[in-house]
Amino acid sequence: MAPFAGSGANPLRDPADRRLPRIAGPSGLVIFGVTGDLSRKKLMPAVYDLANRGLLPPGFSLVGFARREWQHEDFAAEVHDAVKEHARTPFREEVWQQLIQGMRFVQGTFDDDDAFERLRGTIEELDKAQGTGGNFAFYLSVPPRSFPVVIQQLKKHGLADQSSGSWRRAVIEKPFGHDLKSAEELNKVVHEVFAPDQVFRIDHYLGKETVQNILALRFANTMFEPIWNRSFVDHIQITMAEDIGIGGRAGYYDGIGAARDVIQNHLLQLMALMAMEEPASFDADALAAEKTKVLGAVRLPKDLGLATVRGQYAAGWQGGEKAVGYLQEEGIDAKSKTDTYAAIKLEVDNRRWAGVPFYLRTGKRLGRRVTEIAVVFQRAPHSPFDHTATEELGKNAIVIRVQPDEGVTVRFGSKVPGTSMEIRDVSMDFAYGESFTESSPEAYERLILDVLLGDSNLFPRTEEVELSWQILDPIEQYWDKNGKPAQYQSGTWGPVEADEMLERDGRSWRRP
Amino acid sequence: MKIDLTDTTASKINKALVQGRRAIGTPAVGMVLTLVIVTDEENAYDALKAANDASHEHPSRTLVVIKRVSRTPRDRTQSRLDAEVRVGADAGTGETVVLRLYGEVADHAQSVVLPLLLPDAPVVVWWPVNAPLDPANDPLGALAQRRVTDTYAAEQPVRELSARADTYTPGDTDLSWTRITPWRSMLAAALDQVTCEVEAVEVEGEEFNPSCELLAMWLADRLDVPVKRSLSGGPGLTAVRMATDTGQIVLDRADGSLATLSIQGQPDRAVALKRRETAELIAEELRRLDPDDTYASALRFGVDRLNPSVPEAAAEPDVAPKGEEAVVEVATKAVEATAPEAEAQAPVNDAAKRAKSTATKAAAK
Repeated sequence: MAPFAGSGANPLRDPADRRLPRIAGPSGLVIFGVTGDLSRKKLMPAVYDLANRGLLPPGFSLVGFARREWQHEDFAAEVHDAVKEHARTPFREEVWQQLIQGMRFVQGTFDDDDAFERLRGTIEELDKAQGTGGNFAFYLSVPPRSFPVVIQQLKKHGLADQSSGSWRRAVIEKPFGHDLKSAEELNKVVHEVFAPDQVFRIDHYLGKETVQNILALRFANTMFEPIWNRSFVDHIQITMAEDIGIGGRAGYYDGIGAARDVIQNHLLQLMALMAMEEPASFDADALAAEKTKVLGAVRLPKDLGLATVRGQYAAGWQGGEKAVGYLQEEGIDAKSKTDTYAAIKLEVDNRRWAGVPFYLRTGKRLGRRVTEIAVVFQRAPHSPFDHTATEELGKNAIVIRVQPDEGVTVRFGSKVPGTSMEIRDVSMDFAYGESFTESSPEAYERLILDVLLGDSNLFPRTEEVELSWQILDPIEQYWDKNGKPAQYQSGTWGPVEADEMLERDGRSWRRP
Repeated sequence: MKIDLTDTTASKINKALVQGRRAIGTPAVGMVLTLVIVTDEENAYDALKAANDASHEHPSRTLVVIKRVSRTPRDRTQSRLDAEVRVGADAGTGETVVLRLYGEVADHAQSVVLPLLLPDAPVVVWWPVNAPLDPANDPLGALAQRRVTDTYAAEQPVRELSARADTYTPGDTDLSWTRITPWRSMLAAALDQVTCEVEAVEVEGEEFNPSCELLAMWLADRLDVPVKRSLSGGPGLTAVRMATDTGQIVLDRADGSLATLSIQGQPDRAVALKRRETAELIAEELRRLDPDDTYASALRFGVDRLNPSVPEAAAEPDVAPKGEEAVVEVATKAVEATAPEAEAQAPVNDAAKRAKSTATKAAAK
């Protein structure tokens, strides 16, 4: 007879039974700002995909909160359309029937007390009707300035109070402030109402399979870790490029810029995962401890003028389409100094990485949409081949392609067939799509499920957010006082100043 | 592209695979496993289609082994291997080789398959029909880490389940077990919702569907309570009823797609429980290649220990031990009986009694 796990535990659950998926317990999700783009394109489809994969509990409830004058049915119809258009998995009527039972809509503005009372009523009704057990996550898909209002309202109406045996969680999206001071204020506001371990900060990059694979690549294998240090690595480049401009987000983007928008969260998180020491275990505390340690060891170069570059896209042709420059975009001040491209050089002061530069760059209207991490190795200390044989040989590299075309490439030299000895770079390629599932789960699916399960592995913590601002703040302050952004033509790989920055170190950017 | 090879050998097939790969310009191979499908001409098409669909999730080299029937003594003395090599768009996301074995070579299929296995990658053998009685000791089964059978396709599914239990070797698995993963997951989720003590369970489903027995055995094994298997018109599994100290929990699926979960004191909820395609089952099966201990434990619980009638079984301590075959036969009869439940009850009790002796014997082993 199979042994039962402790009294009160579910006898049908067995850790050895790995076919049974991790299903979230009884719970519901409340989305503020449910009419927004993120909600329609990512959150609602992710909820459906989770349900379709059988990962949501029976009775899972989805509550939308927005200003729009909708009835429950209008909301359901909106979700239906969003799911049909954006869901990853095929639409199945029976899954929809399961979901629709728990869908509610609450109409109101964020300062409307009545609306929050109605929300509380809805949640209590769902506890009875759907058996959600008082477990609710509040997803704040709202502009940063509304954060404090919503959080305070949740507190005022007792929505954040956990009774025994149930939980209330807050999910917040970037930006987590715009500098260290504002981040600390935001954290104060949120933590006043929700306990730190019930606050989930979404960095959707961390939900990506390839990013989680960094940990597997480094710590589950033996062949990479021994060379993952200053003795072998020459430098590391982390790139996140977008081919689009700011689109209609002028109001949000101007004054924020690429560095705050991308480097502070995504790129520094990627860097932390690449550079951190092996965590004692794969639980949230151990991971956070290692990430915090390495972010704390990051050091800025002395002369920020030589080690950072910012730029603005100028008019040009991007992939066959004519693109206007940043300063000509609608709603942008012609004198704006906001950066749409940022490249910075960082160093990590520890035994493993001393002297190895980390180059981080991001930008809009670049050559193509790509995110990748390249570990570039040193040249062989001695080559038995003569100079002409290795003329075409570059440095060895391991490239982790985060998106699109997720995978890992290893570049190394190989002999060109023929009578003479000639060595040239070749690539060895591992593509996720080739070796694993054709469509791996969307980042939001994973992250929403983790929120419902209370698993905070893939969410940056307060300390990490504050450390990241500590790294970025001096750069932003330097930029405020000195010079202005360099102009680069849309559709190219950034300003020449960025190329010069690497040239000074005797290196060059990889073309991603 | 497709390359046809008549009267060929494994090494020529290997050459054709390399040639095909070069021709379509993808020398890099990201295939994660070799899937060997052993089947007859009749089932080859459907099985291969399912495997190709599953290969979107698990790119693999698929080897279809078709043993052709020789109709005359002259045919039997001749032996011939024909192969059809498919790469690129014709073969899902991997490579497919359809092998047709005539005459004597049909008895030595492993000699053809062995050289065609991918280096290092795991091997899975799947018998859509006519699985051998002892898959692990079958010459083809012995090549594989994972052996997938399907008792659903057997003439006498329940008898076959008992046979599977007798020959179980780690790495064996059955699609009838795969089919019930959504049910198991939903039942586990239902017990997450309430704190209660389960007292008795009834599993209801169509006849000749071994998934019902497997689900019943799993529940009996995990919950340690009497489990009753009852019949309905289907499709497939139709209901699981759990009697608990806080009331009934019922998962009822009448139409094969949308189920209702009723928990005493809570409103009914609709939950999606669609019957899945073979491709989805195979994809799930290939996701984990380590031995499935939960399956082993449920399978070994024994079909004959379902439907216990507690007082009678306890009152009959001295049952003479009988051959295992007899037990299987009676148990099979019990569930096969199309008669109403009341009539079926007698042989069931009989089986339960004998089951005890089998259990004792098993313990002695």
